[in-house]
Amino acid sequence: MKHLYHSIWLLPAFTLAVLLMAPDPVAAEDAVARIRLATTTSTDNSGLLEYLLPHFEEKCGIKVDVIAVGTGKALKLAERGDVDIILVHAPVAELAFVEAGWGVNRRAVMVNDFLLVGPPADPANLKNAGSLADALQKLKQNQGIFVSRGDDSGTHKKERELWLLVGGQPEDPFYLETGQGMEATLRVAHEKEAYTLTDRGTFLAVGGQLDLAPVFQGDARLENLYSIIVVNPARHGHVKYLAAMRLLAWLTSPEGQTLIGGFRKEGEILFHPTAVPLKGE
Amino acid sequence: MGLEVFEILGVSLRVSLSAVALATLVSVPTGFLLAVSSFRGKGPLVTTINTLMALPTVVVGLLVYILLSRSGPLGAFGILYTPTAMIIGQFILALPIITAITYAAVSGVDVRVRKTAETLGAGPWQATWMVLKVGRLGIIAAIFAGFGRVIAEVGSAIMVGGNIRGYTRTMTTAITLETAKGNFTLGLTLGLILLVVALAINLVVAHFLGRKT
Repeated sequence: MKHLYHSIWLLPAFTLAVLLMAPDPVAAEDAVARIRLATTTSTDNSGLLEYLLPHFEEKCGIKVDVIAVGTGKALKLAERGDVDIILVHAPVAELAFVEAGWGVNRRAVMVNDFLLVGPPADPANLKNAGSLADALQKLKQNQGIFVSRGDDSGTHKKERELWLLVGGQPEDPFYLETGQGMEATLRVAHEKEAYTLTDRGTFLAVGGQLDLAPVFQGDARLENLYSIIVVNPARHGHVKYLAAMRLLAWLTSPEGQTLIGGFRKEGEILFHPTAVPLKGE
Repeated sequence: MGLEVFEILGVSLRVSLSAVALATLVSVPTGFLLAVSSFRGKGPLVTTINTLMALPTVVVGLLVYILLSRSGPLGAFGILYTPTAMIIGQFILALPIITAITYAAVSGVDVRVRKTAETLGAGPWQATWMVLKVGRLGIIAAIFAGFGRVIAEVGSAIMVGGNIRGYTRTMTTAITLETAKGNFTLGLTLGLILLVVALAINLVVAHFLGRKT
């Protein structure tokens, strides 16, 4: 009989022990305000939110759960009511989103720019392009490989917009879609010695490890505007509207904006605050 | 990272052990009953369960996401992007594996074990106990296989957990993130830590079994 205790009892004992562990200690704190922010991989993986949010959490006592996805998916999550607030970068899609009544109080938060990057040797000769359209045309003509996000993110939306300037994207063997985030896509471009479109924040954050150089930048159409939008509480009653509005207010306040302007990599500002005029500007 | 690693490891273990414990409660009795009974359609049912072992984690993630989303049928509970949602996904992933291996283990127990027990005057419960006892190694292997499946999966955990720092970030979703950020060394280190913890759990159980044999 003694044998039984050692072997068979292991199962239920193990089960019971684990069930006792199961209650979710964090769920018990849900009474403490906790909001969900869906945002792009560029704001999260660059380290910006990790740097900003503790200031907000301390000041307002509201915990922010960050879900980093592409802008397309962030808009979708907001539409379904799965998050309270979004920080995204695709103005055209955002306006449609607000127009459809899914979001309210859209505010611009910060801006940087997109740039075309590629192998430093620049085989497709984009560095000598006179205009954005010329650069894209050169890429197509000289058969440089272009790596696309292909994930309906803000960067991907922008990229599709740009290809319209030259009558569409490159043909098949010269156009690769990764379906992954900006960092992963930059890495693919690096491995394939190919070109890609990236936001400056992510490029500054991870580009140092990669053999990629800016080959075209500075066109007005390459502006990259990040806005914050609160999910419409009239559509989704469970949304933590007031807490989400406090995050919106804080990010666009002089304090939040100053902190954004102070976030740098190797001395360069990754995101330029754009919500309020700051002292000395 | 630093202390955060332990927090992430805690989330991983809490979620995966809970999921496996719950799946064990359902799967071991189911696998056992399947093995000792015979009925019409048993063959196709076993084939179905074996097939479900190949269920892609992202498909489970997507199904659970659709169910738990605020716009989904169970949206009112608001449990998407919580550890509970991850437990549900991993519970579903562990079910077919633990059931199928338990079924195989119990099927492999000689029918004479039960007959002998009954001849010696054992009631049905005692006879069942004997069969479970003889097949225990296979059943424990089933539970470990289930645990191995869920602690190592990333597809469902990232879709229904959201990889929220300090809340639903697990070892595997953290590895995915660190890889995306290009921190390969950190990613590999996390993978090694996960393996070491799995080894420790195996050793503890082996110790208990060792006393027996």
